[in-house]
Amino acid sequence: MAYVLQNLLNALTTGSSYALIALGYTMVYGVLRLINFAHGDVYMLGAFIGAYVAQILNPSTNGTLAEQSILQALAGIVVAMLICGLIGYLIERIAYRPLRRSPKLSALITAIGVSMLIEYLAQMQWQLPTSVIGFAHSVADTLHLHGGPFSVIRRAIEGRYFGPNTQSYQLIAGTNKSIPWFTDNLHMSVTLKDLIVIGTTAIALGVLRYIVLHTRMGKAMRAVSINYDAARLMGINIDRTISFTFVLGSMLAAVGGCLEGLNHGNLNNPLIGIQTGLKAFVAAVVGGIGNIPGAAAGGLLIALLETAAVMVHDSHNTAILSPYKDAIAFLVLIAVLLFRPEGLFGKAVPEKV
Amino acid sequence: MKNLLQTAVVLCGIGFSALLGVAADPAGDPIKIGSLNSMTGGNSTFGQSCDGGIRLAAEERNKAGGVLGRPVEIVTADTESQADKTSLAVGKLIDNDHVISVLGEVASSRTNAAAPICQKAKIPLLTPASTNPKVTKFGNYVFRSCFVDDLQGLWIAKFTANDLKLKRAAILTDIKNDYSTGLTKVLKTEFPKLGGEIIGNETYQAGDQDFKGQLTSLKALNPDIIFLPGYYTEVTSICAQARELGITCPFIGGDGWDSDKTLTNGGAAVEGCYFTNHYDASDPDPRVQAFVSKYKSSHNGETPDAMAVLGYDAANILFDAIDRSKSTEGPAIRDALAQTKDFPGVTGNITIDKNRNAVKPGVVLQIKGGKFMLVKRVEP
Repeated sequence: MAYVLQNLLNALTTGSSYALIALGYTMVYGVLRLINFAHGDVYMLGAFIGAYVAQILNPSTNGTLAEQSILQALAGIVVAMLICGLIGYLIERIAYRPLRRSPKLSALITAIGVSMLIEYLAQMQWQLPTSVIGFAHSVADTLHLHGGPFSVIRRAIEGRYFGPNTQSYQLIAGTNKSIPWFTDNLHMSVTLKDLIVIGTTAIALGVLRYIVLHTRMGKAMRAVSINYDAARLMGINIDRTISFTFVLGSMLAAVGGCLEGLNHGNLNNPLIGIQTGLKAFVAAVVGGIGNIPGAAAGGLLIALLETAAVMVHDSHNTAILSPYKDAIAFLVLIAVLLFRPEGLFGKAVPEKV
Repeated sequence: MKNLLQTAVVLCGIGFSALLGVAADPAGDPIKIGSLNSMTGGNSTFGQSCDGGIRLAAEERNKAGGVLGRPVEIVTADTESQADKTSLAVGKLIDNDHVISVLGEVASSRTNAAAPICQKAKIPLLTPASTNPKVTKFGNYVFRSCFVDDLQGLWIAKFTANDLKLKRAAILTDIKNDYSTGLTKVLKTEFPKLGGEIIGNETYQAGDQDFKGQLTSLKALNPDIIFLPGYYTEVTSICAQARELGITCPFIGGDGWDSDKTLTNGGAAVEGCYFTNHYDASDPDPRVQAFVSKYKSSHNGETPDAMAVLGYDAANILFDAIDRSKSTEGPAIRDALAQTKDFPGVTGNITIDKNRNAVKPGVVLQIKGGKFMLVKRVEP
């Protein structure tokens, strides 16, 4: 029983990342009928930015990893959200808006191009030229700017960003111990970390639901996704609505990225956006592309299926399906597209001839 | 006539440099040797250490007159810790940089990618640290100067069964790496022979971030110890997540654990765990300490790990082979390498056997107090 419960918890935390990213895919598809392939990379950027904020605010000393406080982690999430929101906005303005009247294929190819651009730019090590750092330091020294916020700024200027190496994400101090009530009564391990990930995701989903159902912008988003031209005729500012959708989706992806970092403590490389992004995309399709609750449910479902795959063992206790757990998501995608292409929660819209 | 003049000039030149003596500065075109290593990517410390050891050996050699009287130049090609990039990198070394021999890679999967290319090009490949048996089976141009996993797996099994006296073990295999799958196979054969029982086998892939599913299954089996024959990158996450789930048994692995990142990223989670390795940096043997201090002084006080010392030894073995072969041609160097006998390396006296593997001793280390501590020496 504890075994199943523990796996359920694992699925819940993994599913949270998929859900947050899937929402971005589904919202953009809803308003633009475009699969934004670059979305997974925005998630990656969010994760890395969160890691760098933690590093700048709380540098590690003498080789051991530092641990951050809740406030610092929150700062990381906020900064990541702001920067990723901006990046999402820029991607839309620069890459997709000029192609709005072009065939859908052009936009799709551009999306793939943007995705690869971000991935390969992130594989390079970025650092300000030494002359610029030196100049900044001399300016700060002459103006006697030391200590407090200035040392933070100095660290930010000196930092080396991205590159193909593993990046560690600072743990929030004290969150990786199992909470005793769960260990004693349910014989499972539930850490504060798990609760933070699930809780933050729930809050993000709640905020999104409020925005979509109870604000004017949300109403505009829903209108555009139902009928683009009618929405225009009704006086909705399409450009602003679409930009808003992108920014919102990117912010959610950034939250997902930071939570992933907080949960696992390290980000393997700048290509993590591909794997997770792809699964989130599958989740969005499975739930019904364009359907917001569907995306969240899809994320959870894919995570559950993956976890179930790892649970299958043969008589020698060898995990026989575990090597294929990543393939499970794609098998489900094919099955859904074959038998229920509108997704589990989508509405089958007959094509009017 | 012209030929005779050229030959006469060359002979005079050789005679002149011979008169200058062995300790003269090496002159002439540099001899280019490739360093095929993962300078970036998931296993970046492996490549950086190994390359560091190779370059230290080259620097020393150049101060002592070079190889065949010529300076040695190490050309490093970054494999980015990926097998497909390794093929590209070794191709660049052979075709663009015209190296006469290649040292590398550390990870067996990547060496397995480079070996057929070197074999075909008849460029000798000497791997300092790849322990998977498949590596040297690619052909007679592929050598290794470290022990093989058949031996390493046996040491792990023996240590667990005889020294730690633990009988119920589970294995967590990295199915993406030949190193890990190879060691798993050996452990599955050898451990039962020593009276132990493999109670379960979970798998993961290098690059995974989440291991909670596999660890939850392992926890349900309640093993005495978990074999973790993987690379340090995932080992630290696995141990951290295991401790979070409440798994308290120790983990034991192989030389893939050897990296300072195991200590910094692992922290308390890896405390008390064991792994087998090629050498122990605190070994009082004068050869080891001489190397450690040399490395520290040229690397900001950083203690060399096994990959560094293996790179150093492999480079020196290669230089010695080139000297003995008196040639920069692949076939001649290959033959000289195959005849390496009792070469005095830092990691022991190294002999290349008829399968082009080295027969060497090893050590078992334990992580205690945030440091690697020697527990036992093991002989082949």
